Amino acid sequence: MRRIRDMMRSRAGELLREGTVNRVLGWKNGEFYYDPNPAVFETEESLDGLVYNGFSAAMLSKYLIDATKKEGRILVFLKPCDTYSFNHLLREHKVNRENTYVIGVGCDGMLDIEKLRTLGVKGIKSLDENGDDLVAHTLYGDKTLARRDILLEKCLSCKGSEHKVYDELAVVDDPWQWDTLDRFAKVGELEGMTPDERFAFWRGELSRCIRCNACRNACPVCSCLKCVFDNPRSGVQAKSNADSFEENMFHIIRAFHVAGRCTDCGECSRVCPQNIPLHLLNRKFIKDINAFYGEYQAGADVEGKSPLTEYKTGDVEPSVVYERGGA
Amino acid sequence: MPINEKGGAFNPLIVAFCCNWRSYAGADLAGSSRLNYPVNVKVIRVPCSCRVNPLFILRAFQRGADGVIMCGCHPGDCHYTSGNYFARRRTALLFSMLDFLGIEKGRTRVEWVSAAEGAKFANTMNQFAETISALGECKRLEDIRCVESEI
Repeated sequence: MRRIRDMMRSRAGELLREGTVNRVLGWKNGEFYYDPNPAVFETEESLDGLVYNGFSAAMLSKYLIDATKKEGRILVFLKPCDTYSFNHLLREHKVNRENTYVIGVGCDGMLDIEKLRTLGVKGIKSLDENGDDLVAHTLYGDKTLARRDILLEKCLSCKGSEHKVYDELAVVDDPWQWDTLDRFAKVGELEGMTPDERFAFWRGELSRCIRCNACRNACPVCSCLKCVFDNPRSGVQAKSNADSFEENMFHIIRAFHVAGRCTDCGECSRVCPQNIPLHLLNRKFIKDINAFYGEYQAGADVEGKSPLTEYKTGDVEPSVVYERGGA
Repeated sequence: MPINEKGGAFNPLIVAFCCNWRSYAGADLAGSSRLNYPVNVKVIRVPCSCRVNPLFILRAFQRGADGVIMCGCHPGDCHYTSGNYFARRRTALLFSMLDFLGIEKGRTRVEWVSAAEGAKFANTMNQFAETISALGECKRLEDIRCVESEI
């Protein structure tokens, strides 16, 4: 990762100097080592603050919606999975391609700070990353870790190391590869339960929601200028004092709004302060769409139609839901 | 017979979204043919089944509906050529999702009813009301902030 970061810094510096771009969208250090923030760099000197490490999971595609409305060209660093969302934003004309210069950066999989905490790693000052082998320098001494144990949920079912769109690449020749899991495994497990069990599961998960809107704000396809949830007349602005499952509709509707458009980037779950597995709702839709209307990966392509904006006369009837068995 | 919270006999609240061109006319025909269908079916007329935003269905449940049925023209017969094809995709996905969240499958249904099918409309509604009566009240998606008081 350090090699890639150095490539990013030097190339961004060159492009700024040449005048090809006038801003750079990357990550800078946050308050702690494990929370690099998206940041815009405007001068070559400030690029010393550009970081790229195992915690640079924040997707930059969504920031381009506002950034590309401004004058001049902006350089953006996209990891392979971020390029799907970028493609999708291009398809919906939310991002101006002319105003962007995309450098595809290699990725060894991003790290989950929660998993590190579970392993008892605290007070991280820095991290030496070399493929699977990690050494965490903490306030309490060094600790050796395996990357595969602390990957983010979304990285466990990585979509691959291919960048779907880029102007140039900053990758290493020998990237670390890891075994990916079936992304629908958990969805399938839930489908096998009875309705009561499923309801209990979702009630347990969604009742933790504090309606901070982080999932909505981080989601690259949830980018309407005027959002349906900002309607003060919906009657659900205030918290309910008798029902802990009050925010269920928010999540169902949000999942439906991104159905057929969700690139399965996993940002919703990653940013959730309550660790609600929101990606499962999106994956359920993706699984159904794949089963009913053929395999579809949003953002793999800029052209073409998404499943909910087209139809075939021979589509399955909605009664398929009742016929496929299960309780 | 299932009993509701207040101790009275259970009267399910059923919301039926009917397309203006065929299903609503089908309901009309059922009426003028003197066919019985349950009084607790509240018919909402929409220009096309495609007009039914999935939010409408969720909103109905949120405000206390026990079952939601959507009726439209038969596929291929849409007054607007293709509306019901889009509606078909949306409802298939939405109802699958509701099932995934633990809402009983029987509470949601899509039926294609043409203007000539008054008997089918009445039959469908009778069957659906029976299913919902058997399932009882739907509290799982109800939001007490949105339910109007019964006075």
